[in-house]
Amino acid sequence: MTAQQQREHYRKPSPPVAALSQAGRLFSLAWEVLRTLVTRRLQFREFVEQFWFIASVSILPSALVAIPFGAVIALQLGSLTVQIGAQSFTGAASVLALIQQASPIVTALVIAGAGGSAICADLGARTIREEIDAMEVLGVSPVHRLVAPRVLAAMLVAILLNGVVSVVGVMGGYFFNVVMQGGTPGAYLASFSALAQLPDLWISEIKALIFGFIAGVVAAYRGLNPGKGPKGVGDAVNQSVVITFLLLFFVNFLLTALYLQLVPAKGT
Amino acid sequence: MGAEVVVEGLTKSFGKQTIWRDVTMTLPAGEVSALLGPSGTGKSVFLKSMIGLLKPERGRCLINGVDIVTCSERQLYETRKLFGVLFQDGALFGSMNLFDNVAFPLREHTRKSESEIKRIVLEKLDITGLAGAEKKLPGEISGGMRKRAGLARALVLDPEIILVDEPDSGLDPVRTTYISQVFLDVNAQIDATFLIVTHNINLARTVPDNIGMLYRKELVMFGPREVLLTSEEPAVKQFLRGSMDGPIGMSEEKDSATAAAEQALFEAGHHAGGVEDISGVPEQMQATPGMPERQGVRRRKDRVMSILHTLPPAAQRHIIDSLSPAEQHHYNVRQVWR
Repeated sequence: MTAQQQREHYRKPSPPVAALSQAGRLFSLAWEVLRTLVTRRLQFREFVEQFWFIASVSILPSALVAIPFGAVIALQLGSLTVQIGAQSFTGAASVLALIQQASPIVTALVIAGAGGSAICADLGARTIREEIDAMEVLGVSPVHRLVAPRVLAAMLVAILLNGVVSVVGVMGGYFFNVVMQGGTPGAYLASFSALAQLPDLWISEIKALIFGFIAGVVAAYRGLNPGKGPKGVGDAVNQSVVITFLLLFFVNFLLTALYLQLVPAKGT
Repeated sequence: MGAEVVVEGLTKSFGKQTIWRDVTMTLPAGEVSALLGPSGTGKSVFLKSMIGLLKPERGRCLINGVDIVTCSERQLYETRKLFGVLFQDGALFGSMNLFDNVAFPLREHTRKSESEIKRIVLEKLDITGLAGAEKKLPGEISGGMRKRAGLARALVLDPEIILVDEPDSGLDPVRTTYISQVFLDVNAQIDATFLIVTHNINLARTVPDNIGMLYRKELVMFGPREVLLTSEEPAVKQFLRGSMDGPIGMSEEKDSATAAAEQALFEAGHHAGGVEDISGVPEQMQATPGMPERQGVRRRKDRVMSILHTLPPAAQRHIIDSLSPAEQHHYNVRQVWR
């Protein structure tokens, strides 16, 4: 279904029905993007440009968020572990929390906030200026040409950025634990492998991948279906960020629950 | 030759509001048709429905046997390659310069070499009077130039059907005539079917071969230009005159109270606006000398003469008047009403 058809399918039904139909159309766009990514040749140039753009707007903010985030986790765990006499596990617990939870979420929030909002605004402006219509009329699918490269770029940036955030976060945690709380440098590093295992790294990257996909698809969906006029685009950007945040935390909950069920903790 | 577009019983509504219903018409292949109508009668919506950007609730729109309303997405994208569409503001891609905008369809759909693309693009930019502006971004040029660049992009794949949404909006009367001349010249060169949506009376009276009018959610008429231009229908006459005196009001249709009040004003000497003399069928614009002959004109003549007896008398009279004595002999008609 084309973007415009989707747009005018909407005809003020009751709120629950409207919400469901919005969700349905979001999913159908997600499916179309996946299908396009698999079956059609990637618009490589557009992909590289978008990748570069998203990376350039997200690297610095995510690193800046990662340092205090790692620090907070380390500080919190540091004082907790002292209370229960498990100081030597501070590093182990904080690296686990950081890699499994904090890092993918921080990455996705930054990508949604910095990259996704820009994608949404860009596509929204193009939609109200009839550029998207023109593209469809020229026989070019906007999903193939514009949306798929953006979503893929968001996914790839999320994976790579997730690594950066993990490293920076762990370094921040180390600094605060060792320097501020007087923890033992050796113990902090040595305990990394006490609780954490390789699948933790995998789930971290899988989460980042999925979150990047969600951020890209939601931004594209709201961008292709803005309200009327410039204000409609503004509202769409706002909504895309909010919707992405809500979805992220929900999906994170699902993935975490699944992971904890499927992958046995180390030593059990 | 351009493709014929057959529209049958097309109905479109947004929610409960019907935009137009039961629109039936055939755009004859290779001829230039115009669709008139007061603002807000869904002319642009009609255009978008023809290319599958909007989905009408009922009816069919057949192009080369493909029904745009119900066909699969793959067929839709294939059929759209037959179309060139000129949107109101040109709908250029803001991030590309004019050259890349015009080259876009070629790069997407053909395997032409870059030098060949350059030749075609520069040729189309030249036709539309944009030579030398190819490095400019859409944001840096005037509305008229954007429109012409949009036309160049619409022409680049040699489309069989060209849809034009309000070519006059944002253009002065002289430039509107120039761009109309470009339409006719393009039609002469590639014999594409044209549909021009407009409310510009000058353009409507002198450019198209066929004219239709959307009014009161319906297609009130569609046929050879002589039919609408000689019509006695009050709404059509009012529209052509551009006067306040008639059934068309500021918003939609006038109610009887408003009409009576206005009538009293006009009778008391208040100027109803518009021009008085719009009677008759002005001579049609031709393709520029040196262009190939417009094949559509010849085909139209045969077609119109074959349906002549079904047309209103005034239209018949004008059509026969416009024929040369040799043609009158050929079609076996005489100027009996003189």
